[in-house]
Amino acid sequence: MSKAKFGVVVFPGSNCDHDAYNTLKHILNQDTEFLWHKEISIGDRNVIVVPGGFSYGDYLRCGAIARFSPVMKDVVRHASNGGVVIGICNGFQILCESGLLPGALIRNESLKFVCKNVTLNIENKNTIFTSAYSGNGNVTPGKMVVPVAHGDGNYICDEDTLKSLNENGQVVFRYEDCPNGSIDSIAGIINKEGNVLGMMPHPERASESIVGGSDGKYLFESVINSLN
Amino acid sequence: MYSAKIKVTLRKSILDPQGKAVEHSLQSLGFNNILDTRIGKYVELKIDTKSDEEARLVTDEVCKKLLANQVMEDYEFEVVSINGK
Repeated sequence: MSKAKFGVVVFPGSNCDHDAYNTLKHILNQDTEFLWHKEISIGDRNVIVVPGGFSYGDYLRCGAIARFSPVMKDVVRHASNGGVVIGICNGFQILCESGLLPGALIRNESLKFVCKNVTLNIENKNTIFTSAYSGNGNVTPGKMVVPVAHGDGNYICDEDTLKSLNENGQVVFRYEDCPNGSIDSIAGIINKEGNVLGMMPHPERASESIVGGSDGKYLFESVINSLN
Repeated sequence: MYSAKIKVTLRKSILDPQGKAVEHSLQSLGFNNILDTRIGKYVELKIDTKSDEEARLVTDEVCKKLLANQVMEDYEFEVVSINGK
């Protein structure tokens, strides 16, 4: 298997791109580069992070315009060939808009922007995004504490989709105490093939103790382990 | 030239939290006969074409491709000729 080469996509309005870059490059010492949204190719990058923020000012719908950015065509191609893609927060919204993940994210039930730490239950540890959480002494078994910061994180999908998400182990993370009204307290899902992850909480903002917690780091370690 | 007037709303089956908040506010203002409030988006397009049919086809395509996310939204539209204006 090839070594992980991370590409962090940057849209106008991304604001978690540097958090992702810092975690991957400086905490985990990985080969990491930014990918400007106007690039037509992801080059030699083999793990794509679509970061959080407010791409295109959330105009029309969150993620609706970013999904048509030039780079996304190649990200979709990469994902269709089994390549690893991680969408966080606005990135999750963009992956849903792109059709890489099922469902959609609408306004929080409370209508309020929520910004706080949440506890997630890790529902599926047998994924390339969660394997490092098994038996890791540094985290509460089966759980992770990471921040959320979103106004539109209320995950919805139709009943058939929900059924298949549950049956196929595609619900990777659930909120212990749901902050936004998401159906079945869903916080993060993978596609059927298991190579694309979308989640509203921010693991990249909780990857070193100086920022209040490092539970998020194991998500990226899992991906690195799966490739090396 | 045609003008398309497009309405995009959350699907009926999806709870509209904005609509609910406005509905509660209207009720607290004394409008007790208001039973349901849904909030959506309104989009106007000018389309450079000579045919009504073409204007409809284009409008439907842009709704499907960008203006509405059919996982969560429904859309409806009307097109009117604005020739000579």
